[in-house]
Amino acid sequence: MITKFNTFWALLGLMFVTSSAVAQDHDHEVHKEAAHKEAAAHDDSHHATALHEEDSETDIKAVIKETIDHHLADSYDFHITDGIGFPLPVILFDNGLKVFSSSKFHHGHEVASIDGDNYVLYHGKIYKALSTDIHTAIDYDDHHHVTNEKPLDFSITKNVFMILVMAIFMFFLFSGIAKSYKTSLKPQKAGKFLEPIIIYVRDEIAIPNIGEKHYKKYMSYLLTVFFFIWFLNLAGMTPLGINVTGNIAITFSLALMTFIITQVSGKKDYWMHIFWMPGVPVVLKPVMAIIELIGLFVKPFSLMIRLYANMLAGHVVLMSIIGLIFVFGKWVISPAFFGLTLVLSLLELLVAALQAYIFTMLAALYFGSAVEEHDHH
Amino acid sequence: MEIPEIVGAGLIVIGAGLGIGRIGGSAMEAIARQPEATAKIQTAMLIAAALIEGIGFAALFAK
Repeated sequence: MITKFNTFWALLGLMFVTSSAVAQDHDHEVHKEAAHKEAAAHDDSHHATALHEEDSETDIKAVIKETIDHHLADSYDFHITDGIGFPLPVILFDNGLKVFSSSKFHHGHEVASIDGDNYVLYHGKIYKALSTDIHTAIDYDDHHHVTNEKPLDFSITKNVFMILVMAIFMFFLFSGIAKSYKTSLKPQKAGKFLEPIIIYVRDEIAIPNIGEKHYKKYMSYLLTVFFFIWFLNLAGMTPLGINVTGNIAITFSLALMTFIITQVSGKKDYWMHIFWMPGVPVVLKPVMAIIELIGLFVKPFSLMIRLYANMLAGHVVLMSIIGLIFVFGKWVISPAFFGLTLVLSLLELLVAALQAYIFTMLAALYFGSAVEEHDHH
Repeated sequence: MEIPEIVGAGLIVIGAGLGIGRIGGSAMEAIARQPEATAKIQTAMLIAAALIEGIGFAALFAK
């Protein structure tokens, strides 16, 4: 009983430390940037003093928006907090392969020259620079859009880096668990915690949806997707500023893989139900075929949007509420928003598991519909 | 007078909210009637709610 409570308090304590670390991180950044901007505004133009109050308020809002956008976007370096972080490799394919560290961009303040070619980092994207001077490197059209050419970019960005880290972590974790069953059937170490979840995916997700006969083929994919999404969602809750599952390119790839596996494993009955629906009047059959064909693509599309939007919305809401502390700027209000952030973080922990479950569940459902065999009399 | 896009997004979100509310309410009733079928009802509820939620998010981001 006592150990149970100890675990509970340890977890709660950890949550507290985590969220306060997040708050502090933003506190730091926002204040520093706000001060910076204010100073800049002061230097540039001589605003009337009456206007100044209003200006700083919109400034803080702009800074908060910028911080949130920065957090949600992918980047070429792993930035944890002020001064802590490391650059990641940039891999470009442009007149041959070019590999260099993203520190050469100096966060977009300098042009990087590699083997006679110049590149510039502008608003999170890499362009070919027109000159070696940062002020003339970028060319704009009338609508202030960049007209520079872009090289083919295969860089290890923050998201790619996190995917690789998570893949290696999962490989060692699960192959270790699998090995432990060779010596004894009793689960060891991490297996004690993960075995019930693996069994749950098999008995509650795969078997009821796919069927006893075919489920084994799909278990590896379902388990991989479940733990990949779940772990990355949880990684997004740490103050490291990771937002992998809230990136539409990643959810797109996951949905695409599910789509391909579904179509490849489609049996005769599956295609029959799409193109020539049995048990429907002949006049309706072509109409049904069109609807079913649309449905074919809507299914993976909704998988993609659901995961992406849920995780993105979670991050935006959490960060906006932290941002409200600075908008109000009163110490009385801060604890209330801090509490709200804590409660919402707990909710996000639930959503992290729920989204992994839903994605796996729907994938299993689609696989099940593809391999299903009917007896038509 | 032109109606802004966000009104449409709002209408869709209201619809999605009503839909998910109905699913949740009906699932509650079903569980109260047949507590032994809780696991099955919950699964069906989550799937239906997830499908509607997808539309809600699509409306939010289509803006």
